[in-house]
Amino acid sequence: MQSLVIVAHGSHLNPDSATPTHTHADTIRATGAFDEVRTGFWKEQPSLREVLRTTHGDEIYVVPLFISEGYFTERVIPRELRLEGWEPELWNSDGISADTATLVASDIDKEVHYCGPVGTHEAMTDVLVRRAESVTGDPEVGNGFGFAVVGHGTERNENSAKAIEYHTERLRDIGRFDEVKALFMDEEPEVDDVTHHFDSEDIIVVPLFIADGFHTQEDIPEDMGLTEDYRNGYDVPATVDGHRIWYGGAVGTEELTADVVLERAADAGADIGDAIARVRQRTNPATQVAGE
Amino acid sequence: MSVADATLSETQLAAFREQLAAEPIEYDGLAADYDAAEDTYSIETPDHQTSLGAAELSTVAGEQAAYISNWYFYTQQVTTERKHAFCRWLELADDRSVPARYDDLESGIDREWGELTITTTLAADGDRRYEIRHVNDSDADGDALTMHTDPFDARDIGTRDADGRYRPLRTAPSLDSGWIFPKLTAAEVYEAVEAFYPATIVNWHREQRGDLDIDHWRDEQDRQSGIYNLITVLPDEAVEWAAAACCDDSQCLKRREWQLSEDEPLAAEGGDCVFPCREPCSMVVAAGREWAKLEREDTQTYEFELTPSEKEQIEAIIDAVADGTVDDIREADLSEGANRYRARYLREKRFDDDGNLSGTPTHPDGHDDDSK
Repeated sequence: MQSLVIVAHGSHLNPDSATPTHTHADTIRATGAFDEVRTGFWKEQPSLREVLRTTHGDEIYVVPLFISEGYFTERVIPRELRLEGWEPELWNSDGISADTATLVASDIDKEVHYCGPVGTHEAMTDVLVRRAESVTGDPEVGNGFGFAVVGHGTERNENSAKAIEYHTERLRDIGRFDEVKALFMDEEPEVDDVTHHFDSEDIIVVPLFIADGFHTQEDIPEDMGLTEDYRNGYDVPATVDGHRIWYGGAVGTEELTADVVLERAADAGADIGDAIARVRQRTNPATQVAGE
Repeated sequence: MSVADATLSETQLAAFREQLAAEPIEYDGLAADYDAAEDTYSIETPDHQTSLGAAELSTVAGEQAAYISNWYFYTQQVTTERKHAFCRWLELADDRSVPARYDDLESGIDREWGELTITTTLAADGDRRYEIRHVNDSDADGDALTMHTDPFDARDIGTRDADGRYRPLRTAPSLDSGWIFPKLTAAEVYEAVEAFYPATIVNWHREQRGDLDIDHWRDEQDRQSGIYNLITVLPDEAVEWAAAACCDDSQCLKRREWQLSEDEPLAAEGGDCVFPCREPCSMVVAAGREWAKLEREDTQTYEFELTPSEKEQIEAIIDAVADGTVDDIREADLSEGANRYRARYLREKRFDDDGNLSGTPTHPDGHDDDSK
């Protein structure tokens, strides 16, 4: 019996924080690839301390719904899950290459496969592209468009910027968008000056965040000048300094993120059949009707 | 379906034969065996003993059929130990014999789990069906409630209270009512309860088995890192106040089992809910961090001019906020200290232009006042 456990931050204040976690769990549950899909949170229930004991499986895959490697993935989650003998070196990562480590969780006296975060998986680049398509409503979007990937910055965690740079580079390599840049909230180049960094008239802006919240719904729209007051909302696209800004919000809310969770588990050895292909089809607006 | 009407389906009989071909059955008052040499089945229940030829097995009915369908449900359909224990608890299986239960299940057996009323009934084949509704809707007409069939809907129902406010603590006694899950299977009732009250079944089950692991406050302190390290300086007496403030049944239904340490019990009420709380939750830790910051301040002596009624009014306002009764105080009920007009009047009378009570500065020595 195979169990998937998606672990995420959650919030005491914002009910939307856990929404992507639940949505992706539902998407994966519907594929039937796992006998059970459980969710656990740092700030909500079930807690990270107690999520493993809610599982029934023999093969347990834990996927952190986090953007980067750092304090939470390396320290908090392994400690709270009680992964015996954990040390970050087991991932043998350069900050963006964590894959999986198999350790005994003393809470349940069973081995679990502890995977790297979704945010640094290469498939996350596809989710950014999908968000560009969904925010513009154009499955072919690219030509004539700039793409800004937005991150928090290095203030608290240098790997956070590495993840942003990684996907920016990959998007650039695809060659689909005219320009691709990494922008940050608390360091240069800043998202506040988004229009200074692009020649393209149309700019897609997607924060590499898991959930929508204070930063993605209030700070970034106001900082970019999409709106004076976030409570009044903003247009998509909104015109700023002669550029059209297509602001996509947190990438982690894109349904295709479920695919990255599956990829992580599959990389760790989970037998998921054709679930990845089915999730890709199911979450694709272009094939959704056929998929249903 | 009463015990007298119980019969067995082909599927149940096939499972029964298959199990007996491998080994005898002993479950919940049923003892059965298969004699291959004679090709006969012996079935023993508390009041009946029968021996049947293989061809006659399908004629088993009534009480013995009830015992067999009960065996089938609990061993072939409910397959994990935890779900098994929970479903048995739901129908009071440890307290009543199979026939007595089957009779009671005809009208339904009700159990409460937090703010849930869970009713178990029998389907025609001895399978169980479960209904969940809010305890406050116990007497409501089911048709008047919003019907749900997907157990994961429970997650959305539990996200906000009746006023639409977010419930960060799913075990808070603020579950909205007005919904019903009329017909769930055993697997579905487990998932729905897990969604309403995450991890409560597993912790209840561990406690039932006598192996609930409790992490006390001092364990929690020792485990923290980052900004929550601060709770290590929270004074012991403040932990007592925190437990009374946060873990009372009026705030969280879980029965608090954690103490200051294994040898240092807290005096605060832990509650009497069926499911336990085995360690300080993230809300208590986050609150503890704030109190740790506040408790670093030294006390100071202030002098305020208040009438006796005004002093009592301040106490009434604190009570109203702490008990969550502010919204219950009627707009024109000026006899209530926490009435809005009364509070506004007191502010007009007793606050100076800087918002200081009785004009008394918070920091008389000219210290920067960050709190205002």
